[in-house]
Amino acid sequence: METLQGKKIYIMDYDELEPHLSKEVLVGEQSIAVFLTEGEVHAIENNCPHKGGPLSQGLVSGKYVFCPLHDWKIDVTDGVVQGADEGCVKTFETTVEDGAVYLIYS
Amino acid sequence: MPDNKEQLVVIGNGMAGVRTVEEILKKDPERYQVTIFGKEPHPNYNRISLSSVLQGNTEVNDIILNTYEWYEENNITLYTGDPVVAIDTEKQTVSSEKNVTATYDRLILATGSNPFMLPLPGADKEGVIAFRDIEDCETMINASSQYKRAAVIGGGLLGLEAARGLLNLNMETEVIHLENSLMERQLDSTAGAMLQEELEKQGMRFHMEKQTEQIVGKDRVEGLYFKDGTKLYADLVVMAVGIKPNIDLAQQAGIETNRAVVVNDYMEANVPNVYAVGECAEHNGIAYGLVAPLYEQAKVLADRLCNEASNASYTGSLLYTQLKVSGVDVFSSGDFMEGEGKKAVRVHDEFEGVYKKVMVKDDKVVGSVLFGDTSDSPRLLDMMRKEEDISSMSKAVLLPSEGADSTESPVLSMAPDETICGCNGVSKEAIVQAIEQDGLSSVEEIKKHTNASRSCGGCKPLVSDLLQAVLGEEVTETQVEPLCGCTAMSHEQVQEEIRNRQLTHPREVMNVLGWEHEEGCTKCRPAINYYLGVVHPQTYEDDDRSRFVNERMHANIQNDGTYSVVPRMYGGVTDSEQLRKIANVADKYEVPMLKLTGGQRIDMLGVNKEDLPDIWSDLDMPSGHAYGKAIRTVKTCVGEDFCRFGTQDSIGMGIAIEKKFERLNTPHKVKMAVSACPRNCAESGIKDIGIVGVEGAWEMYVGGNGGVDLRGGDMLVKVESGDELLDIMSAFLQYYREDAHYLERTSHWVERVGLDPIRETIIHDLDTRQFYKERMDHALANKPEDPWSTLTHNENKRKELFERKAVELV
Ligand code: SRM
Ligand SMILES: Cc1cc2nc3c(=O)[nH]c(=O)nc-3n(C[C@H](O)[C@H](O)[C@H](O)COP(=O)(O)OP(=O)(O)OC[C@H]3O[C@@H](n4cnc5c(N)ncnc54)[C@H](O)[C@@H]3O)c2cc1C
Ligand code: SF4
Ligand code: FES
Repeated sequence: METLQGKKIYIMDYDELEPHLSKEVLVGEQSIAVFLTEGEVHAIENNCPHKGGPLSQGLVSGKYVFCPLHDWKIDVTDGVVQGADEGCVKTFETTVEDGAVYLIYS
Repeated sequence: MPDNKEQLVVIGNGMAGVRTVEEILKKDPERYQVTIFGKEPHPNYNRISLSSVLQGNTEVNDIILNTYEWYEENNITLYTGDPVVAIDTEKQTVSSEKNVTATYDRLILATGSNPFMLPLPGADKEGVIAFRDIEDCETMINASSQYKRAAVIGGGLLGLEAARGLLNLNMETEVIHLENSLMERQLDSTAGAMLQEELEKQGMRFHMEKQTEQIVGKDRVEGLYFKDGTKLYADLVVMAVGIKPNIDLAQQAGIETNRAVVVNDYMEANVPNVYAVGECAEHNGIAYGLVAPLYEQAKVLADRLCNEASNASYTGSLLYTQLKVSGVDVFSSGDFMEGEGKKAVRVHDEFEGVYKKVMVKDDKVVGSVLFGDTSDSPRLLDMMRKEEDISSMSKAVLLPSEGADSTESPVLSMAPDETICGCNGVSKEAIVQAIEQDGLSSVEEIKKHTNASRSCGGCKPLVSDLLQAVLGEEVTETQVEPLCGCTAMSHEQVQEEIRNRQLTHPREVMNVLGWEHEEGCTKCRPAINYYLGVVHPQTYEDDDRSRFVNERMHANIQNDGTYSVVPRMYGGVTDSEQLRKIANVADKYEVPMLKLTGGQRIDMLGVNKEDLPDIWSDLDMPSGHAYGKAIRTVKTCVGEDFCRFGTQDSIGMGIAIEKKFERLNTPHKVKMAVSACPRNCAESGIKDIGIVGVEGAWEMYVGGNGGVDLRGGDMLVKVESGDELLDIMSAFLQYYREDAHYLERTSHWVERVGLDPIRETIIHDLDTRQFYKERMDHALANKPEDPWSTLTHNENKRKELFERKAVELV
């Protein structure tokens, strides 16, 4: 999304995030899964590199999310697929200021 | 006759006071007419177990030590929720807030302590509390549903217990500690650092060497300011910085106090006929804050009150602490710090996270700290008590369990007079004697007969090992298939540990059992969640974050991320009204496909996540659980009402079965069917439980499966009455629920355990049938409500699970 380059976009309040659950956010057409792990906020594309499973619906363990469709394991901090499977999902930079969560498009 | 009984009045309905009364009743039940005043509106409960109540997994009822019936049976007059406000030591009377006056011949003060509240600016704000009683627990549990960030001031035993509970309640938990090492009164800095590391792994965050200066917020607390200028947000603050003996009443009455009520070796205060016991008593300059010493005091006091000539006296207690902060075993005793004239023997295994230190002075053990493995504690305590001269021992002998066969329970090598239950002072031989003489066969019975493990429960594993040793049960260790990659333990071992150690929370299970990945994976998390629910049907709160997507969302996810919705149609029967509702919903939400399922109901496929709650509420039909490891469908055939071959009312029976068991969680999905003749139009032969009606009777088949491993069901039994059929189904299902591995269909389970043992348990032995049936009744009584209606009415959950936030781009 070229138009978003360099922008900081408010997406939700920090309070809306729950550990071990992810929140789906639609920014324009793009669906993004936002996680609260170990006190930090991470955002990745809500789209599994395998067959497009909605990662926001997966089971979360530590910094990993397991895809709800076929159990691929993905690191939410860098988007890298774990184990024998290969691939990577896009990650987004986030920041929390005064209880508000922003996405930063660099 | 009551008239000539002496009047004994006890102020304080807590652990020490009531224990004293129990001891008196044991010695001389006829002597006193007992009256107890309690400030709290509860019978005597186990204060130590408040931590598990806080975790939300034990209910207040489970920690009651003496029920109201107990007071009644023992003819005790009890005033609860009515504190004593004055004592007249001249007239020998006490009077309560609600104006009850009681005359005493003997008076016991057992008022315990109050939590110490730091006098900080802002300490009176809403949301700043202590951790001492049931009310505090309730406040914290309630707060956890509305607020998220908790700060605990104090990194001692109590503070860490509170923090652990708050973590389990899913709060972000910060612990603030003044010192640079946790639990510095019980642990040296090495053990303190190990504990901190372990707790950090569990998700606690620590702020060490921080002094709180001010609590800020409007009406409710919003944060803390520290002396060093830093701050922390918090919407709940728990102060756990210490306790203050509760002596106001004694002081007003002119009874001698120092830090607490001063007593002599017979627990007598300085005023005639007045005694003190428990945390409000000070003996030899010490006011104790743990139950073991208080129980020793209670014994001495009871002796004194039943027999004036008794010269049993209290000479002080050895100080030690045994505790378990969620899986971490810690023990500390006596004088454990390095210092002049003392030498230490240390073992520190950083691989296993075990640390042991024994302090020796003048050839005697004077103190110790054990971390990670506390199996040496009874022996070390014994050496301290007996002041054993160890000069002739090799130093390695002090900590022998290192070299010993680690699978052997330490209880085997304990001397008969060694104490197993520290809190209640119960020795090994006392337990062995009780097992043999009273024919005991469970830890629960031992607890009832001897008091062992009745308080903190830390000795339960030892008691259970001892029971096994005495009964001579064989335990063979074989190579086992692990539950998943996070552990080496099998399904059985995990189930057993959950039962034996009374584990109550998924994270606790993983911690206590040494999980490799601390938050588990998609294999173990759902399994543990299921096992906990079966073991604690009444108290366990299902952890939806440990469930597969379908079970968390109560719908089946499809390949494109949409969901399908299958409402329940009992026995495959529907009517025009249901069909109309389904048709309307399909139109309103533009459901892409309606399909009849193989389970005799209608599926709405291709529904958007965010529409699910609205669809459910429009449908106003219960969930069919087409997604669940749960009771699924009960297929039926037409039956005797219509079919020319029908012998029984298969539709009626099918509906009755489905209504009885619907919503119940099971190890894997359970499908059932009822056909009214052996032609079997409902396919009863390939169901988990298949019923076939024949002339005047029902046949019950089990372990059938029409899926991956096609298997025909085995005939289990043929019965005449429908009620008996339902009882046997209850027993069978409960046996399966408790025994099967998670994700094991009945077909695989029946193959594994064999049909004969199942038949023996459920069909032949009427006692075990009844046993399982009753447990099923209990599980059914605690079944969750219909999830669809629960979720549509829970605004928080709706947001949490189903919301898709659209962000405006400007
Ligand atoms: C909807 C339905 C197919 C249909 O359109 O008829 C269906 C759909 C699914 N079945 Fe099934 N099964 C359906 C009847 C069956 C039957 C027939 C029956 O119940 O009479 C069987 C064989 C009988 C049996 O289970 O013994 C069946 C054997 C399976 C299996 C293999 C189970 C096994 O033990 O071998 C799975 C996989 C699993 O559960 O692990 C499965 C799993 C699934 C899942 C839930 C796959 C998944 O995990 O996402 C499918 C969801 C599809 C979707 O997009 O919503 N489904 N499935 C049927 C729903 C019945 C209902 O009303 O609840
Ligand atoms: C969360 C928690 C965890 C703990 N864990 C452990 C542990 O692991 N091991 C251990 O050994 N100890 C533990 N303790 C300490 C232990 O619970 C106490 O030492 C013990 O309960 C003290 O007994 P007591 O009878 O002296 O006081 P209490 O049990 O407090 O009983 C005193 C009772 O008197 C009532 N009372 C006060 N004033 C009046 C009045 N004027 N009139 C009528 N009633 C009055 C109080 O309301 C209270 O109910 C723990 C304590 C807490 C709070
Ligand atoms: S048989 Fe069942 S699991 Fe397989 S594609 Fe059809 S619905 Fe899906
Ligand atoms: S789509 Fe994610 S694992 Fe297959």
